[in-house]
Amino acid sequence: MAESSGFTRRHFLTAATAVTAGAGAAATAVPFVVSFKPSARAQALGAPVERDVSRLEPGGMIKVEWRGKAVFIVRRTEEMLRRLGDMVDQLADPRSERVEQQPEYAANDHRSIRPEFLVVEGVCTHLGCAPTARFELGPADLGSDWPGGFFCPCHGSKFDLAGRVFDRAPAPYNLKVPPHRYVNDTTILIGVDTGSA
Amino acid sequence: MRHRLALFLIATLVVAPVLAQHEAELDKANNDVADTASLQRGARYYVNYCLGCHSAQYVRYNQLGEGLQLSEDQLLGNLMFTSELPFDTMSIALDPEDAARWFGTAPPDLSLIARSRGTDYVYTFLRRFYVDDSSPTGVDNTVLEDTAMPHVLWELQGIQEAVYEADPEHEGEERMVLELTTPGLLSEEEYNEVVRDIVNFLDYIGEPMQLERRSLGIRVIAFLLVLLLISYMLKKEIWKDVE
Amino acid sequence: MAATEADVSNRLGRRLNALGDWIDARFPMTKLLREHATEYYASKNFNVWYGFGVVASVVLVMQLVTGIFLAMNYKPAAAEAFASVEYIMRDVEWGWLIRYLHSTGSSAFFIVVYLHMFRGLMYGSYKKPRELVWLIGMLIYFCLMAEAFFGYLLPWGNMSYWGAQVIVNLFGTIPWVGEGISEWIRGDFYISDITLNRFFAFHVAAVPLVLLFLVVIHIMALHEVGSLNPDGIEIKEHKGPDGKPLDGVPFHPYHTSKDLVIILVFLIAFSGAVFFAPEMGGYFLEHANFDPANTLATPEHIAPVWYFTPFYAILRAVDNKVLGAALMAASVMLPCFLPWLDRCRVKSVRYRSWIYKTALTLFVISFLALGYVGMQEATALYKTLAQIFAGIYFAFFVLMPYYSSMERTKPVPSRVTR
Repeated sequence: MAESSGFTRRHFLTAATAVTAGAGAAATAVPFVVSFKPSARAQALGAPVERDVSRLEPGGMIKVEWRGKAVFIVRRTEEMLRRLGDMVDQLADPRSERVEQQPEYAANDHRSIRPEFLVVEGVCTHLGCAPTARFELGPADLGSDWPGGFFCPCHGSKFDLAGRVFDRAPAPYNLKVPPHRYVNDTTILIGVDTGSA
Repeated sequence: MRHRLALFLIATLVVAPVLAQHEAELDKANNDVADTASLQRGARYYVNYCLGCHSAQYVRYNQLGEGLQLSEDQLLGNLMFTSELPFDTMSIALDPEDAARWFGTAPPDLSLIARSRGTDYVYTFLRRFYVDDSSPTGVDNTVLEDTAMPHVLWELQGIQEAVYEADPEHEGEERMVLELTTPGLLSEEEYNEVVRDIVNFLDYIGEPMQLERRSLGIRVIAFLLVLLLISYMLKKEIWKDVE
Repeated sequence: MAATEADVSNRLGRRLNALGDWIDARFPMTKLLREHATEYYASKNFNVWYGFGVVASVVLVMQLVTGIFLAMNYKPAAAEAFASVEYIMRDVEWGWLIRYLHSTGSSAFFIVVYLHMFRGLMYGSYKKPRELVWLIGMLIYFCLMAEAFFGYLLPWGNMSYWGAQVIVNLFGTIPWVGEGISEWIRGDFYISDITLNRFFAFHVAAVPLVLLFLVVIHIMALHEVGSLNPDGIEIKEHKGPDGKPLDGVPFHPYHTSKDLVIILVFLIAFSGAVFFAPEMGGYFLEHANFDPANTLATPEHIAPVWYFTPFYAILRAVDNKVLGAALMAASVMLPCFLPWLDRCRVKSVRYRSWIYKTALTLFVISFLALGYVGMQEATALYKTLAQIFAGIYFAFFVLMPYYSSMERTKPVPSRVTR
């Protein structure tokens, strides 16, 4: 059968049927594809988490679970804040310029809204292990000039008390600061940006 | 023969549901799920009168607010009085084991009551409480004998008593009817409206997407009809040379 | 030289041809398409009754797809199953639609399959040389019943639970080994979480695989001998000079285009149910199943889902449990023997005698009546009705060797008619 020299009625109807049926098939696929999205329950479970920090002692840390991740809240002492400037030349990204690891309200030297409280995700930016808190000064295994911070036991990445990654660590980025805001002076809501509705 | 067969099949399908009805008389609820104002009132009544004992554990407050076109403030102010957050479900603090001990049976969750018992059942049930001194709650119900549920809405409806009168349908026999002996805050019509709103709300939470389902159905069938027309024309064209 | 549109499409055509050749050298793609579509000749006078097979396969695909998506969110544990279904209905985006497609689809499957089987009864599709097609089809029917039975427990509603309880207890009627078999099926002493989990595995994996295999060989067996037609004559007996049946047309594009129309009509009716009556008055989604399973409270009125009720009526027609179960099993399996019970040489009801037409009509009436009776309470009246109609049902098969050999048939044409 030769290729059509003209556009026959049959061609037209075949095309019309194919196009319409194709549109129908695509429309039918939509609900199935969309059903993959996080369900209402997932969104409920992933909802912002509120935590009262009034009884957190200075120099201490609490862990809060948000969206399956551990979020560390550290109440830094004046000493700890002073020491933030000491090791800047050993940090890989002291000004937090690499990648969006913090919202803009935490893009500062102490990487937080209020200097007193550090809020970071306890997820090592190398391969995702949970770093341990090592706030003591100069322990044997971390060296005498260790100013306090986080140490990841998996591959030895080190982060300072603002969650900034040290130079020769396998981890490439600073610890991530999650969206958060202060409901009041002593209550932090993790999961909602400051200034958003 | 095939036509007779088809007619018979259709007749059977039509007649069978009619023949299947045989249960006790229930009043028609006649609720309208498209009436959002009624649903909103029903939601308020439910939270105020029912939620203390009856959870609606599959309903999320935020989804309810959306479906009833309530703002977050309206939702929080009118329907949420405990520490729940909008994404939480309408669960309750009453422990089912405690309830079973206190009431004899745990008050059932009502998320799906409209689908399992029907709106007419619930509508009739809420209007058929009457005084019964032998019951621990002081009332019984003609729709569900020996119910463990107290007459939560008695202040609105008033108090009904059982009265025995001659049964017009069965000579020499008596039947029980309910008489309102102490009026409540609402007239009979007003009370029926309240119950209708509650039933409407229960109908809605039984299947919150029912309105969307129907409107989508119209669009789907309209599309399929168009596609049917086009493909029928294609079939005719392909078959035109076959006799 | 500027490329014209014809050049472009020619080049594309040649590329596609080259791809086709590459595949054909490694896989019988063109051969299969020719044998089963473009050069598979089927009679030109197919009527609507010949569409239900394709519709059934469409429903099968739909059930598989919607089933997979349901299985992504369903929890096969007694403590979570019921809630997970409501989770799908309310929290999963479009979950309600996927659920209704699946629940309506299961009832639609049986409607289509019963009509498909009825076509076989009308036109003698089970007769030689298509006995194997028929037998494989009966196996598909049994698998479908199993699939529906396993699937019905999954929502863990009150009817799910008690329906499963009753049916598994049926196996207990088998003398001596019955109780052991029931326990073995359940995996427990009563229908429990363990039973639910294994029924889930059967429903989602085991039976669908068997079904798919059976459907493939069902079509292969059919294509080996060729389709029949409403006149019940073999179109291969009259071939033209080109070796093609005179009364046949290539399946593609003739029957593909016709089947598309039939499928769309089905989809419209199906959508009517899905979007406007998913419960179908309690026949597709039973009211009692919106209550979670309660081991202490049987629903007022246990009945299996509508597509099982004819056989349920036969089960309840006799008092003796063992006999009832045996009769029920027999009623399901009797159609397998049709190719050998039917002694009439003529295939299609169009040319058979009033005897067969009457018998077939009575059979349909008895099947529908049994279905109705099976839904009712087991009162004395309904038991008597069940016995009468069960008698007619069995008589259709058991007496067939006699009445079918007595038939005075009309002359069968050699070429197909309208």
